[in-house]
Amino acid sequence: MSSLATKLKGRSELGVALLLGAAGGLVLWDAAGLVTPYSKSDPVGPKTVPYLVAGLLIVCAVMLAINVLRGGHGEAEGGEDVDLTHPADWKTVLPLVGAFVANILLIDWAGWVIAGTVLFWGSVLALGSRRYVRDGLISVALSLLTFYGFYLGLGISLPAGLLEGIL
Amino acid sequence: MDVFTSLMDGFATALTPMNLLYAVIGVILGTAVGVLPGLGPAMTVALLLPVTSVLEPTSAFIMFAGIYYGGMYGGSTTSILLNTPGESSSVVTAIEGHKMAKAGRAAQALATAAIGSFVAGTIGTTLLAVCAPIVVKFAVSLGSPSYFAIMVLSLLAVTAVLGSSRLRGFASLGLGLAIGLIGMDSVTGQRRLTFGQPLLTDGLDIVVVAVAIFAVGEALWVAAHLRRTPLNVIPVGKPWMGKQDWKRSWKPWLRGTAFGFPFGALPAGGAEIPTFLSYVTEKRLSKHPEEFGHGAIEGVAGPEAANNASAAGTLTPLLAMGLPTNATAAVMLAAFTGYGIQPGPQLFESQGPLVWALIASLFIGNFLLLIINLPLAPLWAKLLQLPRPYLYAGILFFATLGAYSVNLQAFDLVLLLVLGALGFMMRRFGLPVLPLILGVILGPRLEGQLRQTLQLSAGNPAGLWSEPIAVGIFIIVAIILVWPLLLKLWRRSRPQTAMASTGGSDGTGTANGTDVLPEDAAAELPADNVTTPAEHAYSNNEPVHSRRRQEKP
Repeated sequence: MSSLATKLKGRSELGVALLLGAAGGLVLWDAAGLVTPYSKSDPVGPKTVPYLVAGLLIVCAVMLAINVLRGGHGEAEGGEDVDLTHPADWKTVLPLVGAFVANILLIDWAGWVIAGTVLFWGSVLALGSRRYVRDGLISVALSLLTFYGFYLGLGISLPAGLLEGIL
Repeated sequence: MDVFTSLMDGFATALTPMNLLYAVIGVILGTAVGVLPGLGPAMTVALLLPVTSVLEPTSAFIMFAGIYYGGMYGGSTTSILLNTPGESSSVVTAIEGHKMAKAGRAAQALATAAIGSFVAGTIGTTLLAVCAPIVVKFAVSLGSPSYFAIMVLSLLAVTAVLGSSRLRGFASLGLGLAIGLIGMDSVTGQRRLTFGQPLLTDGLDIVVVAVAIFAVGEALWVAAHLRRTPLNVIPVGKPWMGKQDWKRSWKPWLRGTAFGFPFGALPAGGAEIPTFLSYVTEKRLSKHPEEFGHGAIEGVAGPEAANNASAAGTLTPLLAMGLPTNATAAVMLAAFTGYGIQPGPQLFESQGPLVWALIASLFIGNFLLLIINLPLAPLWAKLLQLPRPYLYAGILFFATLGAYSVNLQAFDLVLLLVLGALGFMMRRFGLPVLPLILGVILGPRLEGQLRQTLQLSAGNPAGLWSEPIAVGIFIIVAIILVWPLLLKLWRRSRPQTAMASTGGSDGTGTANGTDVLPEDAAAELPADNVTTPAEHAYSNNEPVHSRRRQEKP
């Protein structure tokens, strides 16, 4: 038991293998549920490719699991603004996701201008800016500009929501 | 003659004031996103897809072409002034370019990059105009078995050749193909992977997938590892070159072009291998080999030319056969489909004016890049100082806007978040993004060709190799697949070289344990012997990547 625990420690990448396996299983299960009579004009049918894809995913899942257990690991991606020397900073990511979710919940009901403002303001705050007033003004301006830009320039009317009639 | 007249017609279309305006917008936008961290040309084109749907296809593609070339150029600015290449294709530029900048020669480095890009882009586009019709002539003779084989090849090549771990490449491809399956099957009308959800019946919008993986995934990933220390940008004036610089630059430009174009045109050729080959060649041929590693102008001129020439090369298979070989081309392919234009050999036939206007706009875009960017270089350098919270909040904001405006439904935003989380996970665990995107875009087309092939052969699998071209391509596919095995055997017989090239091909990706400093990696890289290009790519893949990924603290 404890040897298993030590083996699993620091092997979060096994989660990737699990995800691949689950995705493969899902594709397999879905394809098996399709009912199609054999047709001469379509000998391949809608099932063949899903089966192949499921196979690929499951094989990858197994091989990745073996690879990870043997000590292999994927390289995290770098970039201009990426500093891999510190661990993942969930205190930034989670509020950011929160702002995103708030936007999803608000967009149909409150409209793009409000939802967009919440998204941008929340994201900037989550990413560490502390100039609340300036950030707020920029958020409102950006949302309004895109709202009217899309409406006038592209003929796409984003939802006005609560501000219906004012905008 | 025929090409020439068509091209002149293309210029006539592209030079109308409106289209010229879109070219200028594209070039400026492209350079800006090339310079800005976290944004690339593929993501930008994806974000703009919904916006451009109200434009004429010709105008939209003229703008996309500007973004594509501009992005290539912008990447070099970051490499030179910051030493942190954003795109893997500008990794090599950073080696000498940043040294030049440190030595006070940033202006010359930027100038040789800009002018070299112009020269290479112009030659590359000319080659595209000449080659594409020839490729089309060849491509129209191909049947669905050959197409099937070519698509398999390009998917496999991108998956197996690029990137440091083949296994992770295939995992990414599998996920992409699975995403591509979602929706109604075009032949039988069966719903696949929709889970009874009517919103999934039409499949996932490629805009949503691309924006999620490129933009949202990237923003979340950077947010988790945001560099809190300010970056050290080297200030720069207006780029210029002295007589000596011109003398030392023009040959590398031409040689770089010669490397870049053919590699760009190959499936999975990409820009990494030719930029690297160009660097090695220039180091060999230089009269000042001692300057390499301390800021040799040839080391900027050659790779930058190779980079841009490969960008032009990439468009050859895209326009002539409908085959994307990199992320930007893949998104452009999605754009073609969005306009109801079927990419493939018929494209030149059915959309001749559009294609030639696009090619003409590449020439124009190149020229615009040169005259706009030489004076604007100091401005671009300033752009690098943009506060990061605004940059990444802005990426999320526009990603949401772009994805939402396609169908105006909040459900797409849920997908955006879920796939964004997938993009985050892929970056965390080293799964390459490109195979996934190509899988989503090419998967359904691949399936279509497969079914058509077997329909013609009445279900006999032998129909798959009923064309000689298809047989030839399947042999290449087989070679790509067994290549690592052959390499292992070969290494065993030559133990000396074995150490130098572990990791690149065995799929374990374990070679990153070494703490190679960028300088060391750079100094060691060119020391290897050039064998064949492919072999070279293998033996150097890992160091190049680790250089990209392990920045200076």
